[in-house]
Amino acid sequence: MGDTIIVRVNGKPVSVPKGSTVAIAVLIAGATSRISVAGEPRAPFCGTGSCFECRVAIDGRLHRRGCQVLCEAEMEITSNG
Amino acid sequence: MDNLTRLSFDVAVIGAGPAGIAAATVAGESGAATVLLDDNPAIGGQIWRGDLLAENNKEKTQWVERLKNSSAKLIPGAQVFHLGAETVAAETDDAVFQIEYRRLILATGAREFFLPFPGWTLPNVVGAGSLQALIKAGLPVSGKRVVIAGAGPLLFTVADFVRARGGIVLGICEQTSWNKLALFAWELSRVPGKIQDALRLRHGIRGIPLWTDCWPLAAIGGEHVEAVRLSRDGRVCEIDCDYLACGFHLVPNTELAVFMGCQLRGGFVEVDEHQRTTIRNVHCAGEPTGIGGVELALVEGQVAGYAASGREDAARQLFRQRAAHRRVVKPLRRAFCLRPELKSMAQPETFVCRCEDVPLKSLCEHNSWRAAKLQTRCGMGACQGRVCGPAAEFLFGWKMDSPRPPIFPVRCSSLAAISEDGALVEQKRKPAKPPEAVLF
Repeated sequence: MGDTIIVRVNGKPVSVPKGSTVAIAVLIAGATSRISVAGEPRAPFCGTGSCFECRVAIDGRLHRRGCQVLCEAEMEITSNG
Repeated sequence: MDNLTRLSFDVAVIGAGPAGIAAATVAGESGAATVLLDDNPAIGGQIWRGDLLAENNKEKTQWVERLKNSSAKLIPGAQVFHLGAETVAAETDDAVFQIEYRRLILATGAREFFLPFPGWTLPNVVGAGSLQALIKAGLPVSGKRVVIAGAGPLLFTVADFVRARGGIVLGICEQTSWNKLALFAWELSRVPGKIQDALRLRHGIRGIPLWTDCWPLAAIGGEHVEAVRLSRDGRVCEIDCDYLACGFHLVPNTELAVFMGCQLRGGFVEVDEHQRTTIRNVHCAGEPTGIGGVELALVEGQVAGYAASGREDAARQLFRQRAAHRRVVKPLRRAFCLRPELKSMAQPETFVCRCEDVPLKSLCEHNSWRAAKLQTRCGMGACQGRVCGPAAEFLFGWKMDSPRPPIFPVRCSSLAAISEDGALVEQKRKPAKPPEAVLF
């Protein structure tokens, strides 16, 4: 296993392998990514960019697909928005 | 507003999986000014997706090296959101591109085919290929109990992969019959290279239970999946698990081709011997022309790349090789075609559209995809029907409408950048419609 980096998911520091996507940080944090129209918590599903279930806010930018963005140190990830 | 970067190329290739990499490489080598766009942060597509814990496979490394040595320019992380007869619009994290092309090669690959069943929206219920993609992106699965379900050879690949990463694969549930599977294995022996792959895989998954005529009835759990209920040989059983990885084979990404006006046949993009679509300057290679795997995609990509850069002679040299690899397409389709019982997995309350939470019972009242969209918002969410569209086609026989611009949810600033320029709007073959106002 290579290096790890620290990102924050909903304010909580989470250590992830370097090169991980934001979707993985959300899963490792035990968080979910979004709340559905009917109020269900949703987590990453397709892992490949087509389903949009993993969308979160990253450094204040809304609706980003977590599976398509690589984690960077100190990134602020906000889910369930 | 984001800066608009204007570029001009002879050949634009969309999708950097095996087909796109091969196409861009040979086009670049042939002296055509070539650009290769991909929406992922790294190239490779699905089958050659980069893995945090493993070296790239040899074939990928060789092709990527050859691509780098060619004159083709790569733009990763670029999401194509609009296409004109001679222009592609794409956005990256911090830029918008408007790229002029003379020839376009669509190498958009395939995605997993998902079907709804009760509990499929629970966290830790993922696709089969999805689980592999997530593990490659850093998800630890050591000690996790995984049930793999659905259809297609991908289930075996994923089982092998999950186990190699320390996961406990409790079983592979394949909806097709043992007879069809056995026939498929025999037919594979006629395709170059496939039998070795199959034997390696069989060794990798030894000891993992394989249940045929088996499919999920429900995923059960509170905050996340805790168990899966299966129909197995006509009996119902339940298995506790940490992940349910379920995908029903693949669906080709034909959205861009349909948007361009290319003719489809049986759900796949129709191409001639030079991988030319029915639109004059548009070629297509790889899974959108027929699900056939990496070897076929590589050959089709090369044919398209040579043909698009005016080297029909070089393309012709590959026809025999392509025909050999195409022998896998029909057996794959026959072996893993979906049984009608899968239509009754979804219950009246099951959400078919995950974006807009539209249950099956709301869809039953309608008689077309369009009516269902207008009345229930099915397929109107962020994924634009990429998940529920193919499911609705299987469940109801509805054909999806042609995608409307923007082809992908994008930043308003990107739309503004290309609208202001005007070039794309003028070139569109259909009258421009205003973009849907609310994308999420």
